[in-house]
Amino acid sequence: MRTVAVVGASLAGLSAARSLRKQGYDGRLVVVGDELHRPYDRPPLSKEFLAGTLGEADLALETDDEELGVEWLLGARATGLDRTERAVRLADGRALRADGIVIATGAAARGLPGSEGLAGVHTLRTLDDARALRDELAAGGRLVVIGGGFIGAEVASTAYALGLDVTVVEVASTPLAGPLGETMGAVVSGLHTDHGVRLLCGVGVKGLGGERKVDAVLLEDGRSLPADIVVVGVGARPCVEWLEGSGVALDNGVKCGADGRTSLAGVVAVGDCANWYDPRAGAHRRVEHWTGALERPAAAVATLLAGGAVEPGTPRPPYFWSDQYGVRIQFAGHAAGADSVTVEQGAVDDRDVLAVYRRAGQPVAVLGMNQPRLFTRWRKQLATA
Amino acid sequence: MMIPACRLADLPRGEATRLDIDPPVSVFHTDEGELFAIDDTCTHQDASLADGWLEGCEVECPLHASKFDLRTGAVDAPPAKLPVRTHEVAVEDGMIYVRLSTDAPNLPPCVAARLAGGPA
Repeated sequence: MRTVAVVGASLAGLSAARSLRKQGYDGRLVVVGDELHRPYDRPPLSKEFLAGTLGEADLALETDDEELGVEWLLGARATGLDRTERAVRLADGRALRADGIVIATGAAARGLPGSEGLAGVHTLRTLDDARALRDELAAGGRLVVIGGGFIGAEVASTAYALGLDVTVVEVASTPLAGPLGETMGAVVSGLHTDHGVRLLCGVGVKGLGGERKVDAVLLEDGRSLPADIVVVGVGARPCVEWLEGSGVALDNGVKCGADGRTSLAGVVAVGDCANWYDPRAGAHRRVEHWTGALERPAAAVATLLAGGAVEPGTPRPPYFWSDQYGVRIQFAGHAAGADSVTVEQGAVDDRDVLAVYRRAGQPVAVLGMNQPRLFTRWRKQLATA
Repeated sequence: MMIPACRLADLPRGEATRLDIDPPVSVFHTDEGELFAIDDTCTHQDASLADGWLEGCEVECPLHASKFDLRTGAVDAPPAKLPVRTHEVAVEDGMIYVRLSTDAPNLPPCVAARLAGGPA
């Protein structure tokens, strides 16, 4: 293998490049990124960066002395993958021939249809998004967050700390019920009301008010919430349009085996765009977690370099964290399918909790709020179960 | 300076104990029976490595995914970019002692700012 192209220059792409070098690949290595920035860390964008306590230099993922021997093609968007030419086509007309290809194009924030071109309306996914939102939050005012998921909740928490008047609107009856289940979803989203942030659940958004600049969020029940700033946090979609017609099988992102292999030889996928087979769950899962983007490229790269002749290890259970209102929230495993949730330590009213999810008596997931030591023990137990 | 940490008998294998000095230092007793002392605070964000995931001679930060080598202090992966200091460990009469490194610690921005502000 003489040239490997990594398409995507965020955490998963950087991890793939590092894994390639660590696993002995010494050929040409090109990383293609559609943003102009070198790889940066996204979790602080909704928290410390937005709050102004971390700057852009702090977000860099590469270390100062890191020598990966990478050719960076930044500001270059991939528009197609040609299986016969074995080439990645770029928006500027160039084609990048490669023997091995790592797909790491991530996911893009979903917007609110009809909000395009309306000032004061934001999504939060990229550094540029965060810069724009940070500047606007600094002016203060009334913020309405559409979507009570983790991004929405973190933005609400950060904006609350900055002194804004904050309302969160969630279409489901309980925020976070998808990842955490109804019971613990209610406990974690209770952090909003603990701090005087309004949480409106079970109501959809009909549209936005305002001419050139947003001035209200219009709800389906007829209410109108005055707003100076709106953040739309309603999830993300995998960036895989560029692969249509390439022969790479797509199904909620790039469909992959447990080792990251795609339907095309010499092509693997990692990160938020990849729908990996999870042997624990017996199903494909597209997991938009930072830790997955960090850890899984090692397996995908091993597959790529071995020509598909490696036995994939069992990945650790999915893990993610969130910081909201000064509370550290940690979760590992799969809540779906659990038939019980038990608080093992702490009290839900104190938002100091270690909760274990079980199915037929076996732990399948664990949630911690300000319980890092105990959480780590349970997470370890889940991994070896 | 040698600082007493705890009795060796009170620190089972696979466990860590934190010395509440500023910045805090932790002593790890590995599953193989070795003892190591490193700065307890992850260099990325204020988190106690004594609460982390100990495996072999590595500890993973309890919050994120960076792992530190207990022997060298080196960090393997983001979000942390800087190593932690390592300290000398000695056992005398069943007591674990730590001799603090004289190097400057690598502390995360929020903790460094607090320490720079002097004692509270």
